[in-house]
Amino acid sequence: MKNALGREIPEYIEGYGVVRPFMGAFANYGMRERASVRLRSVKPGEQKLLATIDEALDKVGIKDGMTVSFHHHLRNGDYVLNLVMAAIAKRGIKDIHVAATGIFPIHEPLVEYIKQGIVTGISVNYISPGPVAKAITKGLLKNPAVMMSHGGRPRAIESGDLHIDVAFIASPEADAYGNINGVGGKAACGTLSYIIADSIYADKVVAVTDSLAPYPACPIDITQDFVDYVVVVDSIGDPGGIVSGTTKVTSDPVGLRIAKTAAQVIDATGYIKNELSFQTGAGGTSLAVAAEVRKIMKAKGVVGSFGAGGVTGYIVDMLNDGLFRNIFDVQCFDLKAVASYRDNPRHQAMSGSLYGNPHDKGAIVNNLDVMILGATEIDLDFNVNVVTGSDGTIMGASGGHNDTAAGAKLAMVVTNLTKGRLPVVKDKVTTVTTPGETIDVLVTERGIAVNPRRQDLLEKLKETDLPVKSIEELKEISEKMTGKPEPIEFTEKIVAVVEYRDGTVIDVVRQPK
Amino acid sequence: MKITKAAQAGASESSDILIMVMPNEEGGIKLELDSKGVILKQFGKQIEKVIREKIEEMGVQDIVVKAKDKGALDYTIRARVQAAIERAI
Repeated sequence: MKNALGREIPEYIEGYGVVRPFMGAFANYGMRERASVRLRSVKPGEQKLLATIDEALDKVGIKDGMTVSFHHHLRNGDYVLNLVMAAIAKRGIKDIHVAATGIFPIHEPLVEYIKQGIVTGISVNYISPGPVAKAITKGLLKNPAVMMSHGGRPRAIESGDLHIDVAFIASPEADAYGNINGVGGKAACGTLSYIIADSIYADKVVAVTDSLAPYPACPIDITQDFVDYVVVVDSIGDPGGIVSGTTKVTSDPVGLRIAKTAAQVIDATGYIKNELSFQTGAGGTSLAVAAEVRKIMKAKGVVGSFGAGGVTGYIVDMLNDGLFRNIFDVQCFDLKAVASYRDNPRHQAMSGSLYGNPHDKGAIVNNLDVMILGATEIDLDFNVNVVTGSDGTIMGASGGHNDTAAGAKLAMVVTNLTKGRLPVVKDKVTTVTTPGETIDVLVTERGIAVNPRRQDLLEKLKETDLPVKSIEELKEISEKMTGKPEPIEFTEKIVAVVEYRDGTVIDVVRQPK
Repeated sequence: MKITKAAQAGASESSDILIMVMPNEEGGIKLELDSKGVILKQFGKQIEKVIREKIEEMGVQDIVVKAKDKGALDYTIRARVQAAIERAI
């Protein structure tokens, strides 16, 4: 069958189940129910502190076929997923579904577990290019991987679509009765937002910490009433690994030029004014946009209501400069953000659900004015791909991409028109992550394209001398430089299912030939 | 035109291409192209075509070309091939 974007998707996918096809970004709202939770209540006098991960595996009754979950706030410095999976693998347990909020190169041991059938399923909302992404692309995983968004994952958990048997929470600091915080201890990572839904809805919750605090481990991010057991290990991770991947302002002159143009577009369309709410991704060009917006805000004396997102030191500086009154933080991208979250009450955490869940009573993305996004590819309908490279290799997952695009008043994609030799604007993207109906503007170094749905923006930009073009023109310009790419061939094997934030299937990733 | 020695032009930097040329004792044009899979799959033939056209345009018959591509565009490739050949004459 074809979904609303014309993507060819089977009605049933082996290892995934019945497909609910994507119907449109705003087609799926209304009455909802939350899953009920099974828990074992704790009597006064009971202890939660366990000596080893093995003991925790005994207590939670780990067995074949279970779903275990992890968060990725320690990013490429996380040790907990590997520690737990090694202990599970040692027991000869098979058919584990790893529901990790994010997977990084450090999680390479998963590849061996995939080959051995110890891990047969993976659900993620973020994955960086690396060994696990490669293994999924090659079709080594028994069941297709499920790619979700940061808001879609808590939605899946809260609705019961994704049932977590055991959540293993990397806990920078915890006390013996299960209170957890992200700002103390040896590997402080800041907010623990992505694992909040797991802590509430998982059958069993295990805090894994390397810094046991005296009771109570304030300021608490996850409270004791949600936690079954506490395990102390030597190290939960390397805080140096938190600052990994794309979290620096670009020094590339093309990127800086794009950023400048992007800020001018935001200004010309009237969004840089008091009460502005703003979010950027952590890509180099996106962060450069923040720097440019900051200049304009300062010059105009504008005070914004909040900056949001994965938070970097740049957004923290804007808070401290008085350019924003508040920060909503779903993930600290560097140690400056961690310190700010710890010390500044105006720097507030938001759970993944509060951040982007489409099926709660209003996520914070709904309050965003401006969202700056990246793209691997964008097509003539403004659909964006951040999941696969143009050769079909898995490179990432939505993260908050399609959540924020749906919520923000101005969802802007900033990207080089060509990446090396690869054109970014395509007739059809290889994989759709974010539907074009939620993308408003594309800014490149060679021109700006406005989604024809946003005639209001187009009118405002026409009054400026900014280089407004149609997206077709941008595609022509880029193909003149790069030449027309030869089409990539795919097999019929589906290696990943891309869920839109509402749980419908927006696309699938087939194995490249 | 005959090239007499080995020479190179370009760089192993993003958006550039490193072209190494040397005389081909066995005669003819021998071309080895290396790039990322994502580029080879979509532009491999095009890059080879651009290199061969430039060699032919300069009238070189016997040459070994090793090309290490990092996502260069056609005009960069032509310029690097030309520079390498001129250095090798």
